[in-house]
Amino acid sequence: MDKMPKWADVILTPLISLLLAMIISALVILAIGESPTMALKTMVDGALGSSYGWGFTLYYTTNFIFTGLAVAVAYHASLFNIGGEGQAMVGGLGVALVCLALPWPHWGIALPAAMVGAALFGAAWALIPAYLQAKRGSHIVITTIMFNFIAAALLNYVLVNLLRPVGSMDPASARFPEGTHLPALTDMAAALGMEWGRNTPVNITFFIAIVACVLVWLLIWRTRLGYEIRAFGRSEPAAMYAGISPVRITVIAMLISGGLAGLMAINNVMGESERLVLNAVEGAGFIGIAVALMGRNHPFGVFLAALLFGFLYQGGGELALWTSIPRELIIVIQALVILFTGALDNMVRMPLERLFLAMRKRGDA
Amino acid sequence: MDFATIIQILDSAVRLMTPLLLACLAGLYSERSGVFDIGLEGKMLMAAFTSASVAFVTGSAWLGLLAGIAGSMALSLIHGLASITFRGNQLISGVAINFLASGMTVLLGIKIFGLGGRTPALTDGGRFNEVTLPFADALRDVPFLGPIYSELISGHTILVYVAFALVPLTWWVLFRTRFGLRLRAVGENPASVDTAGVSVTRLRFAAIALAGILCGLAGAYLATGLSAGFVKEMTAGRGFIALAALIFAKWRPWSALFATFLFGLLEAIANRYPNLDLGIVTVPSMFMNALPYILTVIILAGFVGRAIPPRAGGEPYVKER
Repeated sequence: MDKMPKWADVILTPLISLLLAMIISALVILAIGESPTMALKTMVDGALGSSYGWGFTLYYTTNFIFTGLAVAVAYHASLFNIGGEGQAMVGGLGVALVCLALPWPHWGIALPAAMVGAALFGAAWALIPAYLQAKRGSHIVITTIMFNFIAAALLNYVLVNLLRPVGSMDPASARFPEGTHLPALTDMAAALGMEWGRNTPVNITFFIAIVACVLVWLLIWRTRLGYEIRAFGRSEPAAMYAGISPVRITVIAMLISGGLAGLMAINNVMGESERLVLNAVEGAGFIGIAVALMGRNHPFGVFLAALLFGFLYQGGGELALWTSIPRELIIVIQALVILFTGALDNMVRMPLERLFLAMRKRGDA
Repeated sequence: MDFATIIQILDSAVRLMTPLLLACLAGLYSERSGVFDIGLEGKMLMAAFTSASVAFVTGSAWLGLLAGIAGSMALSLIHGLASITFRGNQLISGVAINFLASGMTVLLGIKIFGLGGRTPALTDGGRFNEVTLPFADALRDVPFLGPIYSELISGHTILVYVAFALVPLTWWVLFRTRFGLRLRAVGENPASVDTAGVSVTRLRFAAIALAGILCGLAGAYLATGLSAGFVKEMTAGRGFIALAALIFAKWRPWSALFATFLFGLLEAIANRYPNLDLGIVTVPSMFMNALPYILTVIILAGFVGRAIPPRAGGEPYVKER
């Protein structure tokens, strides 16, 4: 019998962990001599108070949904993929190569091709760590960390030596052709006769991210492969006994994970900058870890957590703009969320379990 | 390339390997006791910041060093609390520590000094000065051995010599003392140590505290020895290179010395020759920078001598069920 009802496990513990992280963050803000309530108000106004704010919040949310799903899928196979950053970087390379390869006539054709490029490159970058984990037993956490650095070096080389247009000093690719321009949400709203979110980067990729959430949910809980991934994640010996190949599941789960991380590049590279720049990912791969932990590796949870981090990200930018609180506060909040929802999970869980047991005993008596 | 250039490159390699060596030994203690530590980077960064800040305010590099150790130790304790006391995931805790350091150092740096995350440049007293070993000047003109002694061996800060001395010391502690035997046992089979009546928790906390001290030394060296002050993200992945070196060295102290020297040398060569011309091919600096990571992946893959981590690494110890 479970010690706690399911709702307490799924909703109550992450909420308490989040609350603890927020309290400590407030103390940090107090410690640097600023007012936490003012900070919160600035963040809410800046991120959610206008369609302009929402436009950026949802743009960041889109990035974090992809990287969060990437971490979540791997986690179901009990693989900890820290390589989302590198996979998204290399996914960006895939997008750039596709977009620059042809004079695309219309985004409707360019988008599927670029998605394939992004997912393939991201998945390929996850393949070697996956293979080494499955076949040689090399720890996936270490190899994916190493691959993040190798990806950064590779991208630096490619941008400086291969993709940089002649005469340009900037380590960035040429601009993508006009035909690869993705419709922004503001254009779509204008087509419906509404004015919404002018000059914001959120684009059609946001809807692709939502579809990805649904597809991941279907994959994990409604397909045979998803069952095998979960079974393998829960117990490798049991999965092997049931005839599930550990090598196959490890590789497939990591390919899907890498592909999802790579797909993020559709949003930031093709949707926003429309060229490949150095450090395009901006740490979104790492935020995916916090998002997946916070969302309990469930696609809906990932969506909500991505929204929360989108808010924090945009709100953090506004803080830096309007107050004297530096943007790096967001990294601290992110660290605290990872710490409390991930590593210190038992600190919240153990007293809660004791509480529920005590309540149940009283109920029985 | 003449003899003087080789000496210069080796000298630079020694400087660059020192933080790697200290962090690598920190990871060695922690991981030998069964606690994975991917938070080396964060601890070094925090130590670099606290040491540079205190060294600037007090004008004393030694007080800075103490502050560096304290800053690193604080993060070590968080890691211990999460991964030993509350039996959380050690990897996730390490990730959190890296972000915590990355955010806090800049946040505090901007608030205290208002220089966009830097600390003011340290002047003489705030830095560790170069130590000139006895007779270094007198022997300078001796052919071959003279430059090696006076340029390569002499003329580093005290922390460099400390780091090198820590290698045999670590070997002795790990393989010749009772504490070391227990530390290794707790990383392989904590239940056996527990059965013998020794506290697993206490041993692991001791190991993590040692890691905190060593990362503190590494960070203090970065900020007050190698450069003159703290700069945002100044560790620049060195914690992860140290982790790579640890795997490369297969969790052994003497091998750690050679692994970190190799990685330091790679960095020194990449700094000196941004585009290394080998006649047939030109090696870009990006490749040299990525080489430690690539080599580690190859070692991890087990194609060139297999790297087997301590068996109980990464698993929290549950005393009773």
